[in-house]
Amino acid sequence: MLIAVICLAGCRRQLPGREEKTGGGEIVVAAAVSLKDAFSEIARLYEARSGVRVIFNFGGSGELEKQIEFGAPADVFASAGEREMDELAGKGLIVEPSRADFVKNRLVLIVPNSSQLSIRSFADLERAQAQRIAIGNPLTVPAGHYAEQALESAGLWKKLHDRLILAEDVRQVLEYVIRGEVDAGLVYLTDVEIAHGKVREVGEAPEGTYGPIRYPIATIRGSKRLFAAKRFVQFVLSADGQNVLKKFGFVPVE
Amino acid sequence: MIWAAFKLSLLVVSVATFFISVLGTAFGFLLAKRDFHGKELCDSLLTLPMVLPPTVTGYYLILLMGRRGLLGQYLYQWTGWTMTFTWEGAVLAAGIVAMPLMVKSARAAIESVDPRYEIVSRTFGKTEWETFFRVTLPLASRGILAGIVLSFARALGEFGATLMVAGNIPGKTQTMPLAIYEAVISGQDRQARLLALILTATSVAVIYLTNVLTRAKKAA
Repeated sequence: MLIAVICLAGCRRQLPGREEKTGGGEIVVAAAVSLKDAFSEIARLYEARSGVRVIFNFGGSGELEKQIEFGAPADVFASAGEREMDELAGKGLIVEPSRADFVKNRLVLIVPNSSQLSIRSFADLERAQAQRIAIGNPLTVPAGHYAEQALESAGLWKKLHDRLILAEDVRQVLEYVIRGEVDAGLVYLTDVEIAHGKVREVGEAPEGTYGPIRYPIATIRGSKRLFAAKRFVQFVLSADGQNVLKKFGFVPVE
Repeated sequence: MIWAAFKLSLLVVSVATFFISVLGTAFGFLLAKRDFHGKELCDSLLTLPMVLPPTVTGYYLILLMGRRGLLGQYLYQWTGWTMTFTWEGAVLAAGIVAMPLMVKSARAAIESVDPRYEIVSRTFGKTEWETFFRVTLPLASRGILAGIVLSFARALGEFGATLMVAGNIPGKTQTMPLAIYEAVISGQDRQARLLALILTATSVAVIYLTNVLTRAKKAA
């Protein structure tokens, strides 16, 4: 099996000029899953202007960071947290001057729309009603990392520890709440809109108790399409890119 | 984390393998020795989890057993308990995914038993149950044992469906494969290597032991 795959890889090598020919080509953007909807629209605009196709790899920021570290093809990385970008920067895997924060976000508490429980704020989580509370896995998911900080500040982290359900990315938290598998969840403000009324926002973590949530973007060192990658980053930072992000509820970085 | 994941994996896999062995052998027997309508369809449905991506199997299980699932909602109304995010959920996921290996092995093993032995047993006035336990089962035991080992190994490695149904909660539903995944993604390379090593050693030990046991039996 292994030998067969290596042979296949060998065949690819013997096709020189193939990549240049598909030329106008494509870039791979690894992006935090919370950016999925906004970035898909940004990509449409960018493709129309540049003729470069954007291929996305959406996932938890920590997961994407590891994939890039292990050599997954990516030209641009957009993370939901500074921590993951710092990790890549520490390993010399991003082009430092290209790095910029492009949006901010906020952490909110949501419940299923049909929820009968009287959860109206963070403090209500402590009561026994909220048996299961979903957050991202703090080790790998920025939203979970922020959730841990917010719950810690509110003095709830230890008390709620046994009731926490950890998800692999923030959209999974949203899914759990939509399906009613959990009683409450902590997601980004921008995720609430995506759920089309299937969840209710009932509270927001007080500012300053977590984060701040800033999304950094950068081009990846060693990218073969650095020019197109740089243009994509510039487009995200441009007024047009920022307008799309605003439309999806993201807060511009001033 | 390592110890907790190891213990949990053993618990989940032992319980799952127990149910698989009993149910899988029963299904295998029905498919091998009985004729009924929709028999091959039954076999196809039981084999399905082997060919479906485990995440799809997991998704079906959520639709069925989730807090608002087809059956799960009634379970929740009666007991206030749901299978999702519990170790029992992990047992269900591992059990469903590993079941086909058991059913296939058991069916083949039981089919290969010469029916004349069973007929003789019945001629001597033994009941169906006695015939099954004292003639069919011993004659099919090697194939059934192989099925148990295969499904044990498959259950031990279960990842996709478990993640969907039981989530990834350290100490509660985080089995070895999930712990390895988390350790790799969060950059805890040493833990990842250690966990992978333990999992590999366990699998090799189980398969080796079974081979030795079946050889011994054959020689006897």
